[in-house]
Amino acid sequence: MSKVRKVLVDPIFNNNPILLQILGICSALAVTSKLETSIVMSIAVIFVVAFSNMAVSFIRNHVASSIRILVEMTIIASLVIIADQILKAFAYDISKQLSVYVGLIITNCIVMGRAEAFALKNPPLLSFMDGVGNGLGYAFVLLVVGFFRELIGAGKLLGIQVLPLYTEGGWYVPNGLFLLAPSAFIIIGLIIWAVRTWKPEQVEED
Amino acid sequence: MSNDSTKKMILVAVGVCLVCSVFVSSAAVFLRPRQEQNKELDKLKNILVAGDLTAEGKDIQKIFKENIETRLIDLASGQFVSEDQYTEKLNPGSFDIKSMADDKDYGMTIPAEKDIAHIFRMPRYMPVYIIKSGETIEKYILPFYGKGLWSTMYGFIALGSDLQTIKGLTFYEHGETPGLGGEVDNPKWKAIWKGKKVFDENGNVIITVIKGRVDPTNANAEYSVDGLSGATLTTRGLDAMVKFWLSENGYGPFIQQCKSQKEGINEQG
Repeated sequence: MSKVRKVLVDPIFNNNPILLQILGICSALAVTSKLETSIVMSIAVIFVVAFSNMAVSFIRNHVASSIRILVEMTIIASLVIIADQILKAFAYDISKQLSVYVGLIITNCIVMGRAEAFALKNPPLLSFMDGVGNGLGYAFVLLVVGFFRELIGAGKLLGIQVLPLYTEGGWYVPNGLFLLAPSAFIIIGLIIWAVRTWKPEQVEED
Repeated sequence: MSNDSTKKMILVAVGVCLVCSVFVSSAAVFLRPRQEQNKELDKLKNILVAGDLTAEGKDIQKIFKENIETRLIDLASGQFVSEDQYTEKLNPGSFDIKSMADDKDYGMTIPAEKDIAHIFRMPRYMPVYIIKSGETIEKYILPFYGKGLWSTMYGFIALGSDLQTIKGLTFYEHGETPGLGGEVDNPKWKAIWKGKKVFDENGNVIITVIKGRVDPTNANAEYSVDGLSGATLTTRGLDAMVKFWLSENGYGPFIQQCKSQKEGINEQG
C-alpha cells in the first residue's frame, strides 16, 4: 500500500517531472495562458501517461528490447489520438485553443520517460499509479502557472473577471507580459526556487 | 519462444498495432456525430462573430435564427436562387462548400489563370447570410476560402450595406502554423479589417494586405491591411482569397446586383 502511495505522491513534490527533471516544458509554456486550458491539458496528459504506462507494463515481458520504443510510440500515439477525439467531441472550443498541443503530447518526454523508466520494470497497476502520479506532478505545475498567468495577465480566473480592470472602471491594470510564453519561464523558475528551498535535497551540486 | 526471435517480434508488433487501431478507429467512429455537430455550431458561431453578434454563452442556433436570413445565390448571375429551385443538395440548410465544389453539376473548375486563390474548384452557388434590422439590410456575410501556406482556410467576410466597407472577418477552419500563420485567427488582427474599404471608383478590388504596418496618413490607408510578421505566405494567400472572392469571378455579380437594387430603391424613395 505504501508503495502505491509513494509512486502516486512522490512525483508531485519530491520528484516532479517538470520541476526536478525539467521535462515537458514546451507544453507547460504553451497552454498555460489560461487556467481553463491548463486544466484540460493536465487531464489529457494524466489520461495518456496513466494508460500508456499500464499498457506498456502489460506487454513488458513480451517485447524484444530492439522494438520496444516503436511499440511504446504506437501505444502513446493511439492514446493521444483518442484523447484528441474525445476533446473534439466534448470540449470543442478548448480543443481549438489547445490546437496542436494535444497532438504534441506524443512528444512530451514525461510520457515516454515513464514508459521507459518505470512501466518496463513494474506490474500494470503500479505503473498505472505511477502514470497518474507523474501526470499530477505535471498538472500541479500547469495549474499554478495557469492560475498566475491568467490572474496577472488578464485579471480573470476561468474566464471570470476577479480583478476589476482599469479600462472598465476598476483599479487593476493587467500585465500583458503574463499572457506571453516568457512569463511561464519566470513562474516555473520561481516554483523551482520555492520547492528547492522547502526541500534542499533537490538542489543540484556544483 | 524467446522475445528476440523474429517470429515473436512480428507477432507482438502486429498484435499491438491491431489492438491500437481498433481503439483509435472506434473512438473516431463513435465520436464523429458529436464532432460534426460541434463543427456545425462553430461555423454558425463564426457567422455571428463576422456579423458582430455576440453569442458568448447564449443559444447560438436561436440567435442565428432570429437575426440572420440565409439565401443561396447563383454566383455567375448574382441572382438569388428562389426557394422552389431548391433541391436535396442545393438548399441553405445542408449546403456544404467542399462537397458542392467537387460536385460535377453544382461545382466547376476554375481556369488556372483566374485561380489566384489556388482552390482549383468552386461551387456555382454560394450561401449568403444577411443581417437585417427591420426591412433594411445591414450586413452581408459571405463565405470564402483559399489556400494559405499549409492548408485551405475557410472563413467568412462581412460587408456593410454599402457593399464597400468590411465589417468583419473570421475563419472557422484552417491548418496554418499556430503562432505564425495561425494568427490570421487572432481577434486583434481580425479587428483591424473592420472599416477597411474594398473597391476603387471603378469597382476593382484594391484592398491589399501589405508588409508591415499601414501608415495612417497614406492616401491608400483605408484600402490596406497590416501584414502578419512571420506569416508572409499565409497573408499573401489571404490577400489573394479576398481579391478572388470579391472580384467578378466570385461575388462580383452579386455585389453589382445588390448595389443597383439599392440605387433603385434610393431613386424611388
